[in-house]
Amino acid sequence: MSIFEYNGSAVVAMVGRNCFAIASDRRLGVQLQTIATDFQRISKIHDRVFIGLSGLATDVQTLYQRLVFRHKLYQLREERDMKPETFASLVSAILYEKRFGPYLCQPVIAGLGEDDKPFICTMDSIGAKELAKDFVVSGTASESLYGACEAMFKPDMEAEELFETISQALLSSVDRDCLSGWGGHVYVVTPTEVKERILKGRMD
Amino acid sequence: MSQSAVDVPPKGGFSFDMCKRNDMLIQKGLKAPSFLKTGTTIVGLIFQDGVILGADTRATEGPIVADKNCEKIHYMAPNIYCCGAGTAADTEAVTDMVSSQLRLHRYQTGRDSRVITALTLLKKHLFSYQGHVSAALVLGGVDITGPHLHTIYPHGSTDTLPFATMGSGSLAAMSVFEAKYKEGLTRDEGIKLVAEAICSGIFNDLGSGSNVDICVITKGNKEYLRNYMEPNPRTYVSSKGYSFTKKTEVLLTKITPLMERVEITEVGGEAMEE
Repeated sequence: MSIFEYNGSAVVAMVGRNCFAIASDRRLGVQLQTIATDFQRISKIHDRVFIGLSGLATDVQTLYQRLVFRHKLYQLREERDMKPETFASLVSAILYEKRFGPYLCQPVIAGLGEDDKPFICTMDSIGAKELAKDFVVSGTASESLYGACEAMFKPDMEAEELFETISQALLSSVDRDCLSGWGGHVYVVTPTEVKERILKGRMD
Repeated sequence: MSQSAVDVPPKGGFSFDMCKRNDMLIQKGLKAPSFLKTGTTIVGLIFQDGVILGADTRATEGPIVADKNCEKIHYMAPNIYCCGAGTAADTEAVTDMVSSQLRLHRYQTGRDSRVITALTLLKKHLFSYQGHVSAALVLGGVDITGPHLHTIYPHGSTDTLPFATMGSGSLAAMSVFEAKYKEGLTRDEGIKLVAEAICSGIFNDLGSGSNVDICVITKGNKEYLRNYMEPNPRTYVSSKGYSFTKKTEVLLTKITPLMERVEITEVGGEAMEE
């Protein structure tokens, strides 16, 4: 069994018109046993940048704490929030530093940059950035997510339609993956508000 | 005096503190993760006025295509570009690092960078990590001494060639070059040959695919033709797209309004009066 299949996870982010959505499943397991059904995989770095981490849960939490620390230092020095592109470079550098003994997680970063332009990217566990203009996926359900997103994604969707699309893509993909699921957690971010929703999914 | 658990940004280089824990997990039977590789076909050739570099745009994670349109031609200096094959994080990190070193060197010497400088910096780094930094590169550029093209292997060995190919599609591309290359190609002939070689990699090698990127470097000028050719467009686009009539069931909604961004404009120009 791969190290990424120890806890199980599914994270996806999509771009819409002047908005983005990032979604994850809620299961935390130890191989085939489920330990928790409300695990937080997506965390806020600041109002306009979110990071979703899939992979080994202990590294997810450690990496998140380190990133919040570095962002707070940045805020104290620069007196402003980090742009999403800068934050992605920071995460990439922190992951590559551990090239020969890596953090066993794959981040998905989503944010609103200058002029409210949405930005998404994902990385492998050693920091190889993969920028995309439409959607990015990560986790044990990633192969199903690739398929679902390719089929369901349309460019320039508004916030409500984007929410529907990302939720349907997430729920249908985790239904085909034993290790992720138990509901969904979706954040849709527009320039004026952040809508956080918890989805009802199959609990098996 | 606090016990330093503080993660102060270190001075640089790799840190090996997670290796013991990762080895323990592997011994327990959990397989190590696979990294993003750029399966790849990368090529370079020297034509009469300079150098042309070409690359495909597929990034793979095992058998899955992770990125359909990634950039494999990296900037090193205004007159030097480098294509990378192998582990994606390694090629990006190594080219970024040497690009920064070249810039500092330019500030210090006040001269344009030479291709041989980039070559030496790259090969020294790769050799010192004995091939564990898995980056296979095709480095090309035009400097004061003329056009140069080099290949660099992950263990640190280099070759200087008039035409070169690297990556999983290198055999497919090399067959095109060996058949059709000649000295003194014009710009258009060179671009056509490079595009043909990359297409041969895209269609015959499973690790390469999607589009063709080309970079033409001549004395004092460079042209980066991103997605020069797109021989694999999507052939089955559904005109209606998906529309979901039945809505997703939501258990809980929380709306957080973001702070309004306020524009501060100065009115008048009076200084503060005591």
